[in-house]
Amino acid sequence: MLLALLALATVAAILALPTALRLARAERERATARRAARLGVEVDSIADPGRERRAEQRARELLRSCVNEEEWGMYRDLGFIRVRGRRTGPDGRAYAYLVYPHKPVVAYLPEERRLLSEYCVDFPDLTGAISDSRLPASDDVLAKWMALTGDEERLLRSANMHLVGRQVDPGRIRRDLWRLDQWERERARRSGDEPDAAERQLT
Amino acid sequence: MKPGHGEILLAEGDPAVREEEERLVEEFRRQLDAGMWAAVPTTAPGTGRREAQMIRDYGDIPQDAERVIFFPRASGG
Repeated sequence: MLLALLALATVAAILALPTALRLARAERERATARRAARLGVEVDSIADPGRERRAEQRARELLRSCVNEEEWGMYRDLGFIRVRGRRTGPDGRAYAYLVYPHKPVVAYLPEERRLLSEYCVDFPDLTGAISDSRLPASDDVLAKWMALTGDEERLLRSANMHLVGRQVDPGRIRRDLWRLDQWERERARRSGDEPDAAERQLT
Repeated sequence: MKPGHGEILLAEGDPAVREEEERLVEEFRRQLDAGMWAAVPTTAPGTGRREAQMIRDYGDIPQDAERVIFFPRASGG
């Protein structure tokens, strides 16, 4: 008899679980809406799963309209943009930066491919929105690109500087520099600036 | 640019029309007061390099600029 009651209680609990979860979610949404109303900010009451994808599509178009053709191709094919800086080292050689979405900006010396440092930088929501949302990936890249090309010193001052390896794997950076080198060679070959290997052997 | 949303049109108008320019100036100030950075993508004369010009005052916006992009100011991540 006791066993039957126990089984009945278990079945009832299992049947009631989806309802309990729905109630808990509704309560969470009500609490979020109350908090938003208190702070006077807007919150989407219904989650839109396509919003982030659409935001990223718009961000890619915006990025494409701002950077040059080479930089856009770099981002499209390699997933990052190389920005040549104005800041120079003690020997006068200019820095370059690798700009990744939602990762630190990596400074390096292009001639010898020496990694210098990583600049951890973020573009946080300043509106007090009730979320931990961040910029779409391509907007994050564009924000870094604009800040680097527009006011390199201010961006670097705003960032937390670390030795390379804290957040970004140096091995991956070296591979990316190699990929960039290959990509630029291929691009130059296609545009006719540089003869390809076969042509070189014949001349 | 707004986290979680991406690009949002804040205001548009013809700076040559006084009322529209006033609206643009008002929105520009509102964004900067909220702590946003403003930039205009440009092409550097001479080198042809694409770059951004950071804008700190409405009067700094180049005459031929078609848009000003606002984005959250950078902070250490």
